[in-house]
Amino acid sequence: MSREGPILEIDGLVKDYAIRGGLFRRAVGEVSAVAGVSFLVERGRTFSLVGESGCGKSTTGRCILRLVSPTAGSIRFDGIDVIAASKRDLRRLRRRMQIVYQDPYASLNPRLTVGAIIADPLQVHGLWRDGGKQRVERLLERVGLDPAHINRYPHEFSGGQRQRIGIARALALEPELLILDEPVSALDVSIRAGVVNLLDDLQTELGLTYVFIAHDLSVVRHMSDHVAVMYLGKIVETGDCDSVYDRAAHPYTQALLSAVPVPDPKVERKRRRILLEGDVPSPVNPPSGCRFRTRCWKAQSICAQEEPELVDRGHGHPVACHFAEVAS
Amino acid sequence: MSEGSAEPLLEVRDLSVVFPTDEGPLQAVDNVSFRVEEHEVLGVVGESGSGKTVTQLAILGLLPTRATITGSARFRGRELIGLPDDEMRPIRGNEIAIIFQDALAALNPVHTIGDQIAEAISVHHDTTDREMRERIIELLDLVGIPNPSERADQYPHEYSGGMRQRAMIAMSIANDPALLIADEPTTALDVTLQAQVLEVLERVQDRTNSSIVMITHDLGVVAGIAERVVVMYAGRRVEEAPVDDLFETPSHPYSLGLLASLPRLDQRSHGQRLYRIKGQPPSLVDRPLGCAFHPRCEFATVPDPCATQVPEAREVGPGHFSACHHTDQLVGLTPAQLRERAAT
Repeated sequence: MSREGPILEIDGLVKDYAIRGGLFRRAVGEVSAVAGVSFLVERGRTFSLVGESGCGKSTTGRCILRLVSPTAGSIRFDGIDVIAASKRDLRRLRRRMQIVYQDPYASLNPRLTVGAIIADPLQVHGLWRDGGKQRVERLLERVGLDPAHINRYPHEFSGGQRQRIGIARALALEPELLILDEPVSALDVSIRAGVVNLLDDLQTELGLTYVFIAHDLSVVRHMSDHVAVMYLGKIVETGDCDSVYDRAAHPYTQALLSAVPVPDPKVERKRRRILLEGDVPSPVNPPSGCRFRTRCWKAQSICAQEEPELVDRGHGHPVACHFAEVAS
Repeated sequence: MSEGSAEPLLEVRDLSVVFPTDEGPLQAVDNVSFRVEEHEVLGVVGESGSGKTVTQLAILGLLPTRATITGSARFRGRELIGLPDDEMRPIRGNEIAIIFQDALAALNPVHTIGDQIAEAISVHHDTTDREMRERIIELLDLVGIPNPSERADQYPHEYSGGMRQRAMIAMSIANDPALLIADEPTTALDVTLQAQVLEVLERVQDRTNSSIVMITHDLGVVAGIAERVVVMYAGRRVEEAPVDDLFETPSHPYSLGLLASLPRLDQRSHGQRLYRIKGQPPSLVDRPLGCAFHPRCEFATVPDPCATQVPEAREVGPGHFSACHHTDQLVGLTPAQLRERAAT
């Protein structure tokens, strides 16, 4: 096991889904939820995937854990090929990679006690026998819950507390990597900060690596070291978080950032919003060339003919746009 | 409770709503007062269970009959609370309209968008077919739907998510309402669509001179669109202020804490801790005595007065009210200072 280099290497990841139709639900076409995505995640850091619904960020996260099987591309976790992994290898891998889901109301079994929910991964992986209960109590304490509540049911907890239970369950196997799929967006505003701080603390103490999937760009800026902006199954811009936020060079990133309201009326009055025309096109039949061109104010004929490569064009980070330029 | 000279469009006074539940009476709204002036955008901010939606539904007479509503809501001088349904109907959807969060659920899938707008108009007005058609196209155009004459004949499933939301706004404003209540109209939308919808609402307000009550949990949305803001917590109004004052000198520990806890898109904060309001939002069946925020408040003195007396709203600046026993301690304290204070 190497301790050097990135912990996660994603190269050319593609995930197609069959479109079924007709009487016998035959496959009548294909849609690429993820259409060739590559990135590296450094150990102990937070890499965020951002973008709007349907951009493929959650599917990418699920591919990493092989909760869905990728169609093409490679995923290496700590040098191990995740896609080629046998059932046994995958089981071992999943001890090291866990996921926290968005909705703490849907992701916890309502008929199990909190203790049983957190114990489940330990039992599945045969780690329950030596001091399992103490371990669960320590986990509860670690995520800021009262260990005395081990026999309570999920409905007895508030949304923020349930999300902490989800985090405790993900931590039970002492993983190295957590996929955080919108972990705070379902929570009330006044309890988000507490969960964000908890994730921060856990990362520092346990040396965890996060792949953070979110649409809230303010939380992403706070949490992340690196960020990748996705549009229609592809990464359009990626890099060091501050570099992307301060010097966004892709028109889509610029529009996305400009659309986020800032909680400051004086700033809001001065900000210029880039309003995109129309909606995201259907991924069943994506535009030729650059996928963003149908909504882009900079689009020229080359954009329809040639897909722009995701390369550094002199903005300090890679951008997939023929006319990449930092807004003045 | 802000006293202006001219008669407000809507004046709500001491409004309370109680629902009977198996666990006892649930007071969803507790003595809430506010006014909406002509041609203004009032933001109503609060988390789930703060009573922001129930307040508006009570005003519109849309609550189930088992709810006990007391207090007053006067629209252009006319009392709405207790108004019989047949007298409410000409007001609702006509003079006061509502925009819901979920456009797909609010639109009928078996009628064209044009027919649904026509229905909203014909319930309240007699028009010729030709006038109706012109009005529908004008409305769709106003909310930014391209090719409105063709789009009017399409069904909701042929519209994208953002367009459905626009179509619903078109339906809501079809009768030129004086007051538009928008209940989290952008919450389910992606951020670029949210920006489009907010822009449409601003344009609508500009063109029609209506007033808007914008109910949201998003302080960013409020900062962008509202002129005045009411902050609600556990069924009560805890603060009301002109928008700049609320964000610069919040005078209730809840508003102050919320603002301090938000990470910002335009600021670097990676590696720093966020300010955190301790505890959880309260259950309304078991609301803390005195000030409902006191168990989470770092300024609270318990038991007296915070855990024993419900604080009255006090005017701390022009048009700026705070219902806190310790407002004097908060004077001049900004969200940034609270953040720094907590960090040290």
